[in-house]
Amino acid sequence: MSLKLPIYLDHAATTPCDPRVVEAMLPFFTETFGNPGSRNHRFGWEAEAGVDAAREQVAQLIGADEKEIVFTSGSTESNNLAIKGAAYLYEKNPAGSGKPRGHIITAIHEHKAVLDPCKRLQKEGFDVTFLEPGRDGIITAEMVEAAMRDDTILVTVMWANNEIGTINEVPRIGALCHRREVIFHTDATQWVGKMPTDVEKDQVDLLSLSGHKMYGPKGVGALYVRRRRPRVRLQALVDGGGQERGFRPGTLNVTGIVGLGKAAQIARAEMDADADRLFRLRKKLEDTITGQLDSTQVNGHRERRLPHITNISFGFVEGESLMMAIKEIACSSGSACTSASLEPSYVLKSLGVGDDLAHSSLRLSLGRWTTEEQIDYTADAIVKSVRKLRLLSPLYDMHKEGIDLSKVQWAQH
Amino acid sequence: MAYGPKIIDHYENPRNVGNFGTQSDVKARKDIGVGLVGAPECGDVMQLQIKVNQDTGLIEDAKFKCFGCGSAIASSSLATEWLKGKTLDEGLAIKNTQIVQELSLPPVKIHCSVLAEDAIRSAIADYRKKNGLPVDEPSSASVH
Repeated sequence: MSLKLPIYLDHAATTPCDPRVVEAMLPFFTETFGNPGSRNHRFGWEAEAGVDAAREQVAQLIGADEKEIVFTSGSTESNNLAIKGAAYLYEKNPAGSGKPRGHIITAIHEHKAVLDPCKRLQKEGFDVTFLEPGRDGIITAEMVEAAMRDDTILVTVMWANNEIGTINEVPRIGALCHRREVIFHTDATQWVGKMPTDVEKDQVDLLSLSGHKMYGPKGVGALYVRRRRPRVRLQALVDGGGQERGFRPGTLNVTGIVGLGKAAQIARAEMDADADRLFRLRKKLEDTITGQLDSTQVNGHRERRLPHITNISFGFVEGESLMMAIKEIACSSGSACTSASLEPSYVLKSLGVGDDLAHSSLRLSLGRWTTEEQIDYTADAIVKSVRKLRLLSPLYDMHKEGIDLSKVQWAQH
Repeated sequence: MAYGPKIIDHYENPRNVGNFGTQSDVKARKDIGVGLVGAPECGDVMQLQIKVNQDTGLIEDAKFKCFGCGSAIASSSLATEWLKGKTLDEGLAIKNTQIVQELSLPPVKIHCSVLAEDAIRSAIADYRKKNGLPVDEPSSASVH
């Protein structure tokens, strides 16, 4: 079979829907189209049965009870509900009292969907500590413990990082939070469906997950809300008809929820095999590239990372021009030129990766249908393109002439 | 980013890539002017070298190297094409807006054309300084 181009290696951005997911969803558009809130006719009951089944499938994927699953529009909403909802409910002092309302711990390389709610709470009178990871990108339980105060009410630390794939010490941070009676939320968007999850064993109180990162549809996700030991309460952010036990009112997205459920069921059955296969392919990709090119580094901890995400910096080559050179490969870059903000990746900067190498980085994320042939093509294309761009690069010349680029007085703009 | 055909063409077939020798070689040569502008931290570094015929005063040849995005590479490639055969004063008359127009650079990439104009001015200033000619011009990176 010949290789079909372009190759999709951006599964950390989104995944294609599994055809089995689409098939499960279809009847709920046209036949079983009822509103699960319609309690007195068959159309409503059938839709409700679809939602109930999906709730159980999602609960099983993470070791939760189905009563602990709140369906949302995705991880951004789940994160907002968890962080703001918990902060407002567990505040130590009311707004306007002039005293700090409570202390929250998070990390500087979280996703914006966690950072921005935290920054809003900061403006509203909460204290927020933004932990800085080490060079390996990992947040440890010790870092969290050192930041804890008497008035700490919430810790929110992502399970695995979306840009570099590194894994934070979630079970240990969870255990610490339970010991200190602090609510623990984790944004598990990149983790759930890829790696085994057990909210009991891992001691998580609130967990955000998203359908489209695990071969389900976009526009649907869930928040796990622990019901016992401790029973976590949240203040709802939206007012309405009381759906989802009042945590998230609004008519349920039945098709999306059914799709999320099916995606969860498939992930539970297939994640181990997928993870083994993707780990091998990712390793091959990294080893081929770093074996053939000098001045190239894999960012973040080498072992404690997701099987399917890698982030590589190529010295003396700019990320956007590299992406143009490998235009048959769809991936992401930490380069400023690929972002709207014109700032290089804040995640890579937080690891102490210099701005120059942050500009020169690619994130490649593999998925369920990635083949070895695609990985071989990708490694080869990247090696060739980096070599070609280095012929164009004044920095690579200077490097080879033995000039220390950090000692050059650059004319700044 | 979706680029226009002229940017893609310059990116895929860059004109006049190269240099007239190592950093120390060109420093010693009076017929070469070097402009090195931008900074790695900003994601753009352009190196532009001009070779001036000292009898006619015309820019005989120009070469570039560029660390930067596709627009930066295209802007500096275009600059070398435009410089060849021009006098120094004509070279200084090249404006970034002309580069923007020629390549149809999108608004977020205008800084690439500014950098190319800086590289031109800086290369010409370097040549003039080496040859004891009056310079009114700009800052470039310096290699120590």
